[in-house]
Amino acid sequence: MYGYAGNILRVDLSCSKVSHEPLTEELVHNYIGGRGFGAYYVYKEVPPGADPYGPANKLVIASGPFAGLLLPSGSKTSISAKSPATGIYGDSNVGGHLAGELKYAGIDAVIVGGKAEAPSYLLIDDDKVEIRGAGHLWGLGAIKTEEVLKEELGDEFQIATIGPAGEKGVVFACINHDFGRQAGRCGMGAVMGSKNLKAVAVRGTRSVPVADIDGLKDVSAVMFRELMANPALKVWQDLGLAQVTTWANSIGALPTRNFRQNFYEAVNGLSGELMKETIVVGDKACFACPMATGKLCKASFRGKTVLVEGPEYETTALIGSNCALGSIEEVAFANYVCDELGLDTISAGNVVAFTMECFEKGIITKDDTGGIEAKFGSLDAFCELAHKIAAREGIGDLLAQGVATAAEAWGEESRRIAIHVKGLEWSGYESRGAPSMMLAYMTCDIGAHHNRAWSVTHDIAVGRDVIKGKAAKVVEFQHVRPLFDCLGVCRLQWVELGLPLEHYARLYPVVTGRDDSWEDLLVKSERIWNLTRAFAVREREDFGRKDDWPPGRFYEEPVPDGPLAGFGITEQDLNTLLDEYYELRGWDVNGRPKEETLTRLGLEDVATELREMGRIL
Amino acid sequence: MGMDIDMLRCTGCKLCQIVCSVANFGENNPKKSGIRIVSRLFTEARYDVIVCDHCGECIDVCPFAAISLDSGVVTIDPELCTNCGICIDACPKGALFTHPEVGHPIKCTLCGECERLCPRGILGALAASTEGEVAD
Repeated sequence: MYGYAGNILRVDLSCSKVSHEPLTEELVHNYIGGRGFGAYYVYKEVPPGADPYGPANKLVIASGPFAGLLLPSGSKTSISAKSPATGIYGDSNVGGHLAGELKYAGIDAVIVGGKAEAPSYLLIDDDKVEIRGAGHLWGLGAIKTEEVLKEELGDEFQIATIGPAGEKGVVFACINHDFGRQAGRCGMGAVMGSKNLKAVAVRGTRSVPVADIDGLKDVSAVMFRELMANPALKVWQDLGLAQVTTWANSIGALPTRNFRQNFYEAVNGLSGELMKETIVVGDKACFACPMATGKLCKASFRGKTVLVEGPEYETTALIGSNCALGSIEEVAFANYVCDELGLDTISAGNVVAFTMECFEKGIITKDDTGGIEAKFGSLDAFCELAHKIAAREGIGDLLAQGVATAAEAWGEESRRIAIHVKGLEWSGYESRGAPSMMLAYMTCDIGAHHNRAWSVTHDIAVGRDVIKGKAAKVVEFQHVRPLFDCLGVCRLQWVELGLPLEHYARLYPVVTGRDDSWEDLLVKSERIWNLTRAFAVREREDFGRKDDWPPGRFYEEPVPDGPLAGFGITEQDLNTLLDEYYELRGWDVNGRPKEETLTRLGLEDVATELREMGRIL
Repeated sequence: MGMDIDMLRCTGCKLCQIVCSVANFGENNPKKSGIRIVSRLFTEARYDVIVCDHCGECIDVCPFAAISLDSGVVTIDPELCTNCGICIDACPKGALFTHPEVGHPIKCTLCGECERLCPRGILGALAASTEGEVAD
């Protein structure tokens, strides 16, 4: 099968059984790869009501047809499961070098079920697949674990690991790969930990067949030539995603002090330029990527000096301005702490900022924090809270369950400032002045994440107070952007350097030999979007519009300062956005896919199941 | 002849490995490549670039006279090579690589494809004919 290795690897940790099964034409045709494979298997194989931490949950680690080939940044692995953070479908993707390595080992996706009796790691070395003991790794940091396994197995192995937070089931525990790249969101690291799976190590020697090698060479040559000729490439190579911070601040989008503000008066201390001048020691790229946005940094705090990849924009936004830290070096140090503990920096930044605001408001006191002076701007407080969360000690045990659960415990006043949707903490764009971006967060299938529809530039282009007509752009993005996650390729070259989508459309037939047009692929992406929504509808009888609703802060408090001072969005605006969105999607007024919509997308079985359960009309 | 490499600027993207396999084997497989990027991230925050510098030390150790120097390029003749591995042990750079599907060590052929594609343009000056085509 061109573009694919041709096999699924199944691992049942409960009975230490591994087996290969052939990739089916139906799966490839309908779901493409990556997140599509994840959505398919999680819907099909994780039964309704399954405990996310239980053996019935499945962790799907999937590559895509573009991964590991001679084209710009075919580097993306999607990792999917029922999320412990949200209780619905979750996925997160990671760059680096894992996606290609899986295919070189003859595997397009690994499906891990069950639970190992003792700490284990999965070794895949071409056809040799073993479940090995990980007693010597348990308790180690996520990056330390990777280092130890690299020493034991060799540098050619590509390795995914979890830290102590994953072992302890923190709902925002991430999966680390390649010295500090993360599948950060939705608690995929906690799912790994619940299965006693500390790491996955992969090495392969096979070639990945493509339908037309000369065609691939031709299209990729054009893509690389255009990327190299783009003057903006140098800026990305120099500053990486850290350049976004001051821009986000200038447009009133930078989360600041638990999203109270979207403008940080001390942003200069967090800028990409300052980062390059003061702490960057090297550049680092994912597979076949000319942008090399990864920045290796050295950071010191209280006499300890650490080496860390990052911080990228999201980390700087959520840990930096959102916790009101003073310098990029402090953010880099906090980044290191989270990476080793195995905490998603986006959710960790949210959780700590939420704690700091509750502390400031007197909703909690030092009695609750175990003596920690949880003030905005304190890196000491950040580090102490992060360690307590990963160890689930004291206040950390509650915070390890995310802001939504913590707010349940701390009462009504805290609920309106717990910044999440569906239980997933909000990523780096405060959106009171960007209605389409707000809608993107509200309707993102995994919770409040930006990557499905990053439409803030659309709000700037067509008017920041415009509500009507905005939903169409969100729907469009929600199909095209996740398509990259299915194909196993990074979207940054398109988003930031303007590489035309036509090139990706031309790649698909030369790689796979299939005649699907880009529009055909977008329909498949829409199918996947509806399938992940259907998972939520099947999971919860009351799932619907209320789950697409943002925290009260965003419609109760106008923006206090900065370029958007006085700006706000009303409940009526939010309802208008949702009404328009549901209509365009073919969902009912409560946000449930209509039977005709599911049928149009080839999801007849899903429609029947949901109708018989009484979940759709 | 050979590559003059500014390793400290390598970003570890391995484009060189994948383009080498496509250029020399017509396959997408960075393990069928005459160049290797090795991570030294954990200790030194950098990568090593391992590739033949065509020094010719392997030529004399080959018991089958399968290796020769031709216009500055050290080349292995697959017809004569028995894949004994002696050259691999003798290479001071560790720049001869094995692959289970290939019956001889794989090494740099100085085809120049990796140099042309390297986003950092760090793979040095090759033949004058490639001048002006170097990226970056």
